[in-house]
Amino acid sequence: MEKERHVLVIFPHPDDEAFGVSGTIASYVENGTPVTYACLTLGEMGRNLGNPPFATRESLPKIRRQELVDAANIMGIQDLRMLGFRDKTVEFEDDEELTKKMSSFIEELNPSLIITFYPGYSVHPDHEATGRAVVRAVGRIAPDARPKLHCVAFSNNSLEELGEPDIINDISAVKDKKIATIRAHRSQTESMMASWSENAQNTDPAILRWIEKERFWSYKWPKQ
Amino acid sequence: MKPIDRVEVQQKIDALAGSDVYLHLETTNGAYATHNDESFFSAGAYIRNAMIRYEHGKIVGDGPYRAGLKLEIGWVYGEGLTHFEIDDQGRLLMAGLDFNGKLAVAMQISASPFE
Repeated sequence: MEKERHVLVIFPHPDDEAFGVSGTIASYVENGTPVTYACLTLGEMGRNLGNPPFATRESLPKIRRQELVDAANIMGIQDLRMLGFRDKTVEFEDDEELTKKMSSFIEELNPSLIITFYPGYSVHPDHEATGRAVVRAVGRIAPDARPKLHCVAFSNNSLEELGEPDIINDISAVKDKKIATIRAHRSQTESMMASWSENAQNTDPAILRWIEKERFWSYKWPKQ
Repeated sequence: MKPIDRVEVQQKIDALAGSDVYLHLETTNGAYATHNDESFFSAGAYIRNAMIRYEHGKIVGDGPYRAGLKLEIGWVYGEGLTHFEIDDQGRLLMAGLDFNGKLAVAMQISASPFE
């Protein structure tokens, strides 16, 4: 992983970072790189309420806010920003307002790397809208002054259309932190993790291989 | 939340009838339904903090349940309801959880706006 001045991570939901990015975040933090995580919503519309349910539609945001704080602490994030948007509504917000919000973070923090979702290849409407807003904001910066933009893509057509990811981070050194981060988002991950072990040593090797590599695509700017 | 008790829910529906109340109504099959199964047609609807006043309401069925509210000039209903809670603010929170425990429908009535 290259040395960065400041890493800005922008996702719409608490837990969007967990499976694909938390190891990268923890690695940067361990290397002394400042990381800011801007999370647009509190995942108010999550469908997992526990089984049997321990949450309601109304208590879920409070639970997920705390899970996000816990996850950020595990990753070592010093600067966590909750932007106050509502789950499933990001794409209906005013595009220019969203872009300005992203631009203001970039101006304030001057990151050398931004991590977000790849527009067109990230499935959930909030992922798409967040990625589009970040791309619009970065696109307003002169090409030679732009921070790097590493994107998460997981739609069924992403490999076919984007090719192989060009950034693959081996995060095995921080895999226990990653597993703890995933576990911190308990309301959303508990049922899935029921079969996982407390620590990396005892976790299924296939799951471990999947956990240890985090994949990103550098955003491909259209030719001027 | 606990499994719906029809008597308890009906009492709460009756108690909120005839006055201005706020409605949260939502159906969802999840944002990943079509990603997981490309033959699946994803649809849902969502309304939060619609102010309504219903003349009367009913919860019907043997579980999952249906709840309907008759307005002066219209109707509100939800189906597939399985669980409920009357929370510490006196709000009637009903939800339909699918076979995996995931929320598929929510119908909530409150005397004050939802946050």
